[in-house]
Formats: sequence, C-alpha cells, structure tokens
Amino acid sequence: MAIEELKRIVGDANVLTKDEELTVYSYDGTAMLNERPLCVVMVESTEHVAAVLRMANQRKIAVVPRGSGTGLSGGSIPSKGSIVLCTVKMNRILEVDARNLTMRVECGTLTQAISDAAEKAGLFYPPDPGSMKISTIGGNVAYNSGGLRGLKYGITRNYVMGLKVVLADGTVLDTGNKCVKDVAGYTMKDLFVGSEGTLGIITEVLLRLIPKPRAKKTLLATYGKMTDAAETVSAIIAAKIIPCTLEFLDSVTINCVEDYAKIGLPRDAEAILLMETDGHPAVVEEEAAAMADIARKNGARDVRIAADAIESATLAAARRTAFSALARIAPTVILEDATVPRSELAKMVAFIQSISKKYGLKIGTFGHMGDGNLHPTFLTNERNKEEIHKVEGAMKEIFDYAIDLGGTITGEHGVGVAKKPFLPGQLGEASIGLHKRVKAALDPNGILNPGKMF
Amino acid sequence: MSPATQASYLKGLDYSVLQQCMHCGMCLPTCPTYDATLMERSSPRGRIALMRALADDRLGVSREFAKEMSFCLGCLACMTACPAGVNYAELFEMGRAEVERTKVSDALFRRLIRWTLIEMAFCHPPLLRLIGRLMWLYQVTGLQWVVRQFGLMALAPKRFRELEPLTPKVQAKFSFDLIRETERPQGPPKRRVGMITGCVADFVFSHVNRDTVDVLLENGCEVFTPRGQACCGSLHGHNGEWEMAKRLARRNIDAFAPEKLDAIIINAAGCGSHLKHYAHLLHDDPQYRARAEDWDRKARDIHEFLVEIDFKKPAPPASCCANGGPGRVTYHEACHLCHGQKITQQPRQILRAIPGLELVELNESTWCCGSAGVYNITQPEMSGKLLKRKLGHIDRTGAETVVTSNPGCTIQLETGIAASAHPGRPVVHPISLLAQAYRRARL
Ligand SMILES: Cc1cc2nc3c(=O)[nH]c(=O)nc-3n(C[C@H](O)[C@H](O)[C@H](O)COP(=O)(O)OP(=O)(O)OC[C@H]3O[C@@H](n4cnc5c(N)ncnc54)[C@H](O)[C@@H]3O)c2cc1C
Ligand code: SF4
Ligand code: SF4
Repeated sequence: MAIEELKRIVGDANVLTKDEELTVYSYDGTAMLNERPLCVVMVESTEHVAAVLRMANQRKIAVVPRGSGTGLSGGSIPSKGSIVLCTVKMNRILEVDARNLTMRVECGTLTQAISDAAEKAGLFYPPDPGSMKISTIGGNVAYNSGGLRGLKYGITRNYVMGLKVVLADGTVLDTGNKCVKDVAGYTMKDLFVGSEGTLGIITEVLLRLIPKPRAKKTLLATYGKMTDAAETVSAIIAAKIIPCTLEFLDSVTINCVEDYAKIGLPRDAEAILLMETDGHPAVVEEEAAAMADIARKNGARDVRIAADAIESATLAAARRTAFSALARIAPTVILEDATVPRSELAKMVAFIQSISKKYGLKIGTFGHMGDGNLHPTFLTNERNKEEIHKVEGAMKEIFDYAIDLGGTITGEHGVGVAKKPFLPGQLGEASIGLHKRVKAALDPNGILNPGKMF
Repeated sequence: MSPATQASYLKGLDYSVLQQCMHCGMCLPTCPTYDATLMERSSPRGRIALMRALADDRLGVSREFAKEMSFCLGCLACMTACPAGVNYAELFEMGRAEVERTKVSDALFRRLIRWTLIEMAFCHPPLLRLIGRLMWLYQVTGLQWVVRQFGLMALAPKRFRELEPLTPKVQAKFSFDLIRETERPQGPPKRRVGMITGCVADFVFSHVNRDTVDVLLENGCEVFTPRGQACCGSLHGHNGEWEMAKRLARRNIDAFAPEKLDAIIINAAGCGSHLKHYAHLLHDDPQYRARAEDWDRKARDIHEFLVEIDFKKPAPPASCCANGGPGRVTYHEACHLCHGQKITQQPRQILRAIPGLELVELNESTWCCGSAGVYNITQPEMSGKLLKRKLGHIDRTGAETVVTSNPGCTIQLETGIAASAHPGRPVVHPISLLAQAYRRARL
C-alpha cells in the first residue's frame, strides 16, 4: 500500500522493491553493517521529498536518507522496514554567483562536481573529503565532513550559507541566504549541519566560495621519532604559519605505502609529515622555506621541497595512497577517526601503538596532524570473530583515552550506529537530554533515520 | 561435464576475493553503467554485493542478476579506481560463468549470437577464417553495396539490421598470407619472440599484424608465428565459457612452446589482458600449470615490450620529398590496456617518438567506447551512448587521426566515425604508425 502511494509520488521506475535492488542498498562504506530496507525511493525534486515525508509521517514509516553511501559510521544503513530515500538523481548545479561568491546546488550533487564548477569560475571550494569524487554534498552537510585542508580552510560547516530542508511532516524550510551578515532569529541552518539525517532532509545547499589561491608548495619531512614530528607541527603553528596541509603517516603506514606504491619512502622512519602552503606566490615561497627550517631544527632527518607541480604530486601521493595501501593488505579495514587537541597528538599516537601491541592487532595510523584528527586503521578480518572482539576492546580504550585528553570520538565520520554506544561518554547527560528534546520537537513520530546517533 | 551439474562458481571462489570489497564506493564515478543510470545495482560495488549475496545464499541466481552481468561492460575501470585492490576481473568472469551455469538467461537472440560467435567461430579458427572470407566476398563483390543501396536490410529483423554496419571491413589477405611462420631480422637476432595474430585481428587487421612483425624485425627480434595457434579465449572467459577458455589456453601453450621464447607478443589489448592470466586459468591443471606460469611471465603487450627493450626511435625522413608524418593525432585508451594491464604511458611514448606526429590528449581517454567484446551486439543501446560520448570528445581534439590499440575499439570507432559529421577520420594502431615511420625513414 505504502509502495503504491510512493509509486504515485515519484513514478514506478523510482521505487525499487526487488530483492536484488534491496540488497545493494543494505550497506554503506562502514564495515560489518548490513540491513535490507522495505524499499528504495529515488527522489528527483524537493516536491518528491516533501510528499514522501508527508506520507511516511502519516503512516509512521521510518525514512533513511542516503547520498552515495560512503559514510563510515553507518548513517545511511537502513533500519528494518524503512524507506531508503536516495538523493543521487538530484544532482543539478543551480547557480554559480561570482559576484556574491556563492553556489547553489541540489543535495545529490557530487563534491567533486562542486569543486570543478568553482574552479571553472576561477573560484575555490575548499572542503575535500577523501571520498569527494563520489560523496554527495547532502552527505557532506549531514555529516559535516572534513578533509585535508581543515586546518587552514575549515570544514563543510564553514561553507554552508543556506539550506533548503524538508522537515519530518513534509514542511519545506528555507534557512540562510547570500548575506555574509545575518542575525535574524536562530541560525537554524547550523542545526541541520551534522544532524546525520535525523532532523530533516536537505534538498538544496547554498555554498560559500573563496578566491583560488595562486600558488602552492609541497614539502615532505622524515623523522626518526614521532615526537619530533609532533613538535614540528606545534613549532610551525607557534611561528604563526597556517599551512593548508599538515598530514602524517606512521611507520606501519609508511611500509604499506612503500610496498604498494614504491615512492622511495624511508622504511625505517617513525613518521613522515607532508606539508603544503598556499596563497600569494611570495608568501608561499617564504613560508615553505620557514617550514623546512623549523622541521630541520626539530629533528627531521630529511626535508624535501618539491621543485614543481609534478614533484608535488609525487610527494602528495604518499599521503593520498595511505588508505589504499592499508586497505589492500587485509580483508577488513576499519577506519577510525579519534581526534585530540593538537598539543596531545604525540601522546595519542604513542597510546595507539601501545594498544596495538597489547591486543596483538595490526593498526596503521595516519591523519591530519594539523587539526589533531587521526585515522587509526585496524587491519583485520570480519570472519575472525575472536579478533573482531579484540578490535572492539581496543577501540573502546582508544576512544576513552581520546576523551580523557579532551578530544572526541569522531572528528569527521559522524556517530551513525558505529559510534552510538560511545556518544553518552563523550557528551554527558545534559547534552544527550537536549539532543533528545530537539529531536522530539522536530520529529515527534521519530521517522527520520531512527536508531542513529543516540 | 554439463554446466548445470557443476558446483557454483561463486561459492567455489576464495571468499577473500569477495570480502576484499569494503564497499567504499570509490569505483562508482568511474563506472560507465553507474554513470548512465545512477543505480547502485549497475555499479561495481552493487554487482560485487550481489555476487557476495549469491555466495552467501542470501540471493539466488536470477534474471535480474543475469541482466546486470550482461549490462556490465567488463571495462575494468572500477579496478583502476579501487583502493582496496579488488579483483573485479575475476569476480566478473565468475559471475558470468554462474549465469551460464544456471541458464537463467536464455533469450533466443542472445543464445544464437553466443552460439555462432563464441561456441563455433571463435573456437575453430579455420571456421572463423571461412566466415571472414565470406564476409570479404560480401563486401568486395558489391553485394554489401547492393544490400545497402536498395535498403534490403529493411527486410531483415531489427536486431540484425542494427548489427550490419558493425561488420568490419575484411582484408583481402589474412595474417598467415602476410606473415611467414618464422621471420628473421637483418643481422643476428637479439631475441626470439612469438607473435599472436588474434582472431578478429587475423582477417580484419592482418595489416596491423604485418606492421607489428615489421616493427619487431626492425628491433632485432626473430618472430615466430605458429600456424596452430588458437583464439586467446578472452571472449569465452568474459562470457562465462570457462572450460572452452581452458581448452584454448592449452592449445596455445602447445603451439608456441614458451620455453623456447623470450616473449610472446600481443598487439590487441583485449587479448593481452586475458593472455597474461593463463596460470590462473590453468591453476588446477597439473600438466600445464608450470608452462602456463612461464607463459604469463613472457606474455607482453607490444607497447610494453617495445619500451622495455628501449625500442629504436625512427629517424626523421631523410629525403626532402617524404611527407611530414601523421600530423595531429589523438589516443583513445583501450580499457583492457589501461585498466586491464595498466599500460598507459608506453603507447604515448611510442607515439611521441614518431617524427611529424603531434599528440593531442583526448578528454576521458580511459572511458570505455562501448565496444567491449560483443557488448555492442548484446547491449546496443548503452554501447551507442558511449560511442556518441567518445566521438564528441574526439571531435573536440581536432585530430586528423584517431589512434587505439584494440580491434574491438577500432571497429566501434570506425563505425561511429563513418556515420558521423566527420566521416573521413581514420582509426589506426600506434604500431602501424611506428612501422610507417620506420619505412619513411628509409626513403
Ligand atoms: C575512501 C573514503 C574516504 C573518506 N574520507 C573522508 C574525509 O576525508 N573526511 C570526512 O569527513 N569523511 C570522509 N569519508 C566519509 C564519507 O565519505 C563522508 O562522510 C561523506 O560526506 C558521505 O557522503 P555520502 O553522500 O556518501 O553520504 P551517505 O553515506 O549516503 O550519508 C551520510 C549521512 O548523511 C545522511 N544524509 C545523506 N544525504 C542527506 C540529505 N540530503 N539530507 C539529510 N541527510 C542526509 C545519511 O542519512 C547519513 O546519515 C570517507 C569515506 C570513504 C569511503
Ligand atoms: S567493469 Fe566497467 S561497467 Fe563493469 S562494473 Fe566495472 S566499471 Fe562498471
Ligand atoms: S572501490 Fe573497490 S572496495 Fe570500494 S566499493 Fe569499489 S570495488 Fe569495493
């Protein structure tokens, strides 16, 4: 019955109910989660979304929003008997406004398409999650995704100027506008950034763009001691330089990258740092020289400054292939994103290494050193129940320690279902209570992505 | 053994191959069928999930599954994109084999095409050559002209009507007419190599085979082209006809005797991709396993081989009156070269070494042109869309000549170009341009 009504709303071809079709929407990018929905609806407009939600709200059927399904905490995994609302067909770029430096897009637009369209207009959309070639902007906003450029340019939230959102009862809400300054009422758009599809469905996004930096320089520094790499990062920031990239790889990751990509990285190094500065050509020159100097003073065994764009790309490849290289060596990879204040990084990395020894697990760590966002990556096999049990134990210890250091259980991948058990420990009672009150106010029937986050 | 009684291919597969996919989705934007439909079922990640569900008994082999296996181009763009190193090529072959085994897909037209092309023609080289001869007669006697001129095709069933323009132009002389079984270079040979003539290439591209032999001779190789060679078996593998693929592999190993060769040279990307994996195909054959491993070690794509041996760079033409070379060309990358064998730079290196050649990069050069084995026959609609997209990019380069290294792509592009607004543009193999450059240098 519900299916018939959905077909009337979006057309027969946009309602998927066959076993095969349900099977392929039963997962996202998260390891070990799987559940088939009641059906999948491919929406093509805000009107579709509004009509689907009105119907679902009346019948109290759960709706799970889904972009490209690359999430790493299970946010778009269907709940039992739910309608998966998939947005990938809503992929139009509606407007690029070079005078106001904004772009308006539909929620299913790919992050890469946004970045390309900005570049074509001589502008820049900085958030660059590793999945940007396929992630949707709706997913980015709902997860408040970060990327490699977070330290200097911020994350998705910093580029959202306005949203069109469909609320649980089908009401269409426009929030935000092209004005840089706007203090009329609560900043409602901010409520939906990072809401993981639990408060409303985003159908359009108004994004802020910035001028494209004119020059960029890439450096690679090698360290014998992890703490030296961490010291370098602190010293660079203290010298009032904000690099656009400050990424690091630990020894496990370095060796995996070397096995796979053969870039010529030193296998005996404890850590490498990939640094990039961008902006005005003269400033970039100066900052690159200063960063190289600081790295050497802080114990770097070797510092390479890329001479040209091609060498830059080679150096950057070391970081970009990190995840691939790790993913290749194990049947199951679990990519975590525990995050701590920058000053606590060396401690956190040392702790992860000790946990790896304690549990006898293989963990490669890499991440965004500039913003304290680490990716301890567990290399395991989901069919080995005993080992998975150990992974769970190790993860809990790592999260607890991150919280102790004043950090967070998730820097960018979101809570979803994977981190749900850890959220109360992170937020405390008062905050969880407020979360529940907000949710109840916006979605009294609890139809929007139920069972996620808290 | 009748296929229906064989054990499930997918269940027999090492589970880690299926498990290697972490469903990250990084392959989706590179997949032409996902790009066209935005449907997860038509994406690599979706197809792998279906295969895994089959192996786990969560799904049975169904018509829907068969449809997806047939809709997949087998272009392997997903393998290039995949961070986790998923072996989609193997999964795809298993998936198609599974469809064949369970016979869920039996549309009459499809069966007929499969039977004539795959089971008969491509398993029996002499028969294939006979068909080639008949096609040549059809074309040179003017019968094709008559049929086309008087619209006789209108009388044929619609699907055949769509196929007719795809019938490639057959050469008067086949490879074995043009190439002696053993040919020796001037001076003492530096290497001894085997030459695979391919099946379609054998009569449609016999001139490319001749050019390949010429280039090898010019580079000091003795070239052995055994008469007893069989089709490489890639069509059979891609279409789930496994036992037949194995038979063909054994026959080739016997014909070439890899022990006595330094390399086995292939100039067709699609065959090359398959020919390098005989060891895997014959891993459970104790008699042939070791020889198959030796074969794999020596099987080389021609471009790859030439760069490895630091091929002779053609000198600019000596005489003042020789023309200036091929001019502006653009390079379309055959899927089974760039994705299947990760060979992307070598053909460009060869092209750049040719005097008087300007290489203009083609946008989306690694995006499938829609040829994909017999795909243009089994999935004409999707194939047509891809061809149109490719031709648009080619037009924008302003190239006089299109270069590509696979018979299927060549036929597909020639057909498309002939029907387009710029019908004159030739499609040639990089090795032919190199052979011509050597010849020009001698003028
Ligand atoms: C290889 C790889 C690298 C990654 N790198 C990064 C990285 O560097 N930084 C980072 O932050 N993340 C990263 N991720 C995680 C993930 O890609 C991002 O979270 C991304 O934003 C998800 O986008 P998506 O379109 O796939 O959304 P989905 O996974 O489909 O959905 C994500 C969440 O958003 C909700 N949602 C989706 N669309 C809407 C909508 N229109 N309205 C309301 N809710 C919606 C879903 O219900 C779900 O809870 C990576 C993932 C992979 C696989
Ligand atoms: S082989 Fe090509 S068509 Fe098939 S799943 Fe991979 S990318 Fe898609
Ligand atoms: S990129 Fe590889 S691991 Fe990721 S979904 Fe595709 S096949 Fe699976």
